[in-house]
Amino acid sequence: MTELKKTALYDLHRSLGAKVIPFAGYEMPVNYPLGIMKEHLYCRKSAGLFDVSHMGQLVISSNTQSMQFIATELEKLLPIDVLGLGKDRQRYGFLPNEEGGIIDDLMISNRGDHYFVVINASRKEIDFKYLKENISKEIDVDLIKTRALIAIQGPQSEKILSSQIGKLSSLTYLDVENFSFKGQTLWVSRSGYTGQDGFEISLPNSLCEVFCKNILEQDGIEPIGLGARDTLRLECGLCLYGQDLNEAITPIEAGLKWAIQKVRRAGGEREGGFVGQKKILKQIEEQPYFKREAFFPDGKAPLRSGTKLFSDDKGKNEIGMITSGGYSPSLERPISMGYLNHNKFNVDEPIFGEVRNKFFSVTLTKLPFVPTSFKRN
Amino acid sequence: MKFTEEHEWLESDGDMVKVGITEYAAEQLGDIVFIELPGLGTSVTKGQEIVVIESVKAASDILAPLDGEITEINNAIVDDPSMVNKDPTGEAWFFKMSLKNQGELDGLMSEDEYKKHIE
Repeated sequence: MTELKKTALYDLHRSLGAKVIPFAGYEMPVNYPLGIMKEHLYCRKSAGLFDVSHMGQLVISSNTQSMQFIATELEKLLPIDVLGLGKDRQRYGFLPNEEGGIIDDLMISNRGDHYFVVINASRKEIDFKYLKENISKEIDVDLIKTRALIAIQGPQSEKILSSQIGKLSSLTYLDVENFSFKGQTLWVSRSGYTGQDGFEISLPNSLCEVFCKNILEQDGIEPIGLGARDTLRLECGLCLYGQDLNEAITPIEAGLKWAIQKVRRAGGEREGGFVGQKKILKQIEEQPYFKREAFFPDGKAPLRSGTKLFSDDKGKNEIGMITSGGYSPSLERPISMGYLNHNKFNVDEPIFGEVRNKFFSVTLTKLPFVPTSFKRN
Repeated sequence: MKFTEEHEWLESDGDMVKVGITEYAAEQLGDIVFIELPGLGTSVTKGQEIVVIESVKAASDILAPLDGEITEINNAIVDDPSMVNKDPTGEAWFFKMSLKNQGELDGLMSEDEYKKHIE
């Protein structure tokens, strides 16, 4: 087993009393003394600080070619509108494989002279190699190891972050801007993965601990571990790569059609031309029979990732699987997401999840479980 | 009060023993959201998985501490599993059981021995 890596905040996590677990090759805090439930509710009500430095940060640039060239090249790999992404704007996207499955999902920003891309921790080496091999040799792809990534999320996040770096009110959801802290540059986006207003901040490793200590000294913010990060994203119906998304699931099956702008769809100005286009464009027209859905378990038992779903309580007709599930601190009840094969199932049939050889009934519902609260224009 | 290596406590209660989980176990599990208790009258053998306990994070089992029969269950913790985080050694007991061999209770750890065990 390879040695686990530590982020720039490892010592701070320890000093804050975090319970540290291995995650995607890193020693990461799963929760602090407050515990997952209270951390979750605190972030929803006030604000939370998250270390997400395990995630990959890519800079995509070129010494010889224009941003337009880079965007055109990226559009051969990504089914999203990269050319139309304005300067200092960010957008969700994914890298499909030839069969339309998802190599990774990501956030991409246009920073004027380069693209900045945040990718999943467990996929960063794979993405990096894939991009290097499949993009024009005139484009440089760098996986940055010298910067940490933190998130500040929740309704009080603007007030708390601005205490350290100044006015943020001009930034709305998915805007990106540089800020200065102790003479160095912070790359700040108004985004995150809790479904709430908030910010993600890329900053030099050397600055990360002092910056986070300053933030945590403010009123109204607590450090939040990966445990609550998971329950926060699940409540808002956001996908976790490796559970809800993988190389065998297409973005359309995953309900991510909204992220493929019209300009890249059939009939659009720059229709197709991306890896996996055949399957993805076909599914946009036809609607897949295999789809991500949301479920409320009817009882108190949480139905977690890997729970098989049946249309009977005997385990005869398997119709799908839970890919993310747990207890929702905001709703005080279990919630689950997963996939249903609509070829094997009629909407008026009951659904049961099998846990420990018992069958628990669930009810189909709609995402998100908890509404999002981004700061839009 | 006696203790097992699996972080359960046992306390004599008339002819029965009352069983729960220790503060250490409750803290390790984190916020408890679901508990499934065995049925009344269930015969259990030591080491058998008889309680399902789910925290926000994950599911775990509680094993029968000794051989015997379940004589009473605490439904209050099923209705409000968070009780176990608040008062694991008091109000939030799990079940009562009659022991097959009463003497086996003496073989379990004392409080001091348990404290050393979790150090």
